[in-house]
Amino acid sequence: MNWIYMGGYGAYVWGAYGLTLVVFVMNYLIVKREKKQIQKRMNRFIQSKDHE
Amino acid sequence: MWDWLKQNGLSPKSFYRTSGLCLPWLTVLFLGCAGFGLIDGLYIAPADYQQGDGFRIMYVHVPSAFAAMAVYFAMAICAVLTLVWRVKLAAVCMSCSAPIGASFTFLALVTGSIWGKPMWGTWWIWDARLTSVLILFFLYMGFIALQSILAEQHYRDRACALIALVGVINLPIIHYSVIWWNTLHQGPSISQLAKPAIAPSMLYPLLAMIAAFFLFYLSVLFMRMRNQILLREKHTHWVREVVLS
Repeated sequence: MNWIYMGGYGAYVWGAYGLTLVVFVMNYLIVKREKKQIQKRMNRFIQSKDHE
Repeated sequence: MWDWLKQNGLSPKSFYRTSGLCLPWLTVLFLGCAGFGLIDGLYIAPADYQQGDGFRIMYVHVPSAFAAMAVYFAMAICAVLTLVWRVKLAAVCMSCSAPIGASFTFLALVTGSIWGKPMWGTWWIWDARLTSVLILFFLYMGFIALQSILAEQHYRDRACALIALVGVINLPIIHYSVIWWNTLHQGPSISQLAKPAIAPSMLYPLLAMIAAFFLFYLSVLFMRMRNQILLREKHTHWVREVVLS
């Protein structure tokens, strides 16, 4: 418990680390979503090419 | 030699293949460094004699600020490669680095603010270091905005490269701001020439976290670049094979 309290700086320390985690996870999720979208777009593109 | 590199090593196709092989290793290394840095930084390293446990914010603040500047520097190098030698891959690297660098700069500003409140008694002060990092954030934003309003690929790459190059003047200003001007911000803890002004038990987690930030940058950069390459090279045969496989 003492460790989480961080000598009175708990809110600041965990706030900063929590925010870092959020920024990292967001970076990862955005690029994952982009990958899915591009995969779909490319599939459509190739299908339209094949029809020509 | 240069032509060979451009043809083979720096071609989008070979990058796509090599980066695919590197990605799992980068992820493992990132998790290792971050794990070590977090456990060591948050639990094992002793509390600072002046700042108590509050100094532990350093382990996310310093790496994010350092990475924010390094990413911008990498973008400037890519800008030269784009403008002078027209390396396709450099343009992709430059445009994919910007959002990651912007997020690191945002992180550096906000964690610095969170650190400033208990130590300086204020969230924000308009001094040289803080203001120049804020300008870096605006440079990233300007780059991203410019990228989204220009439609033609070739034109967009060159315009963005120019903006990235102009903004590089801000990097030495950020670095030397704590020396040139009076500021609340403390001086550098690690420098290339002098002995680190920080105890080894506090330094190791810092180095591990810096490595973790760079490895994270590289992994997300590679993933972003791979997406971009598929789009840019969509008319080629090899992309067709990749998408269909």
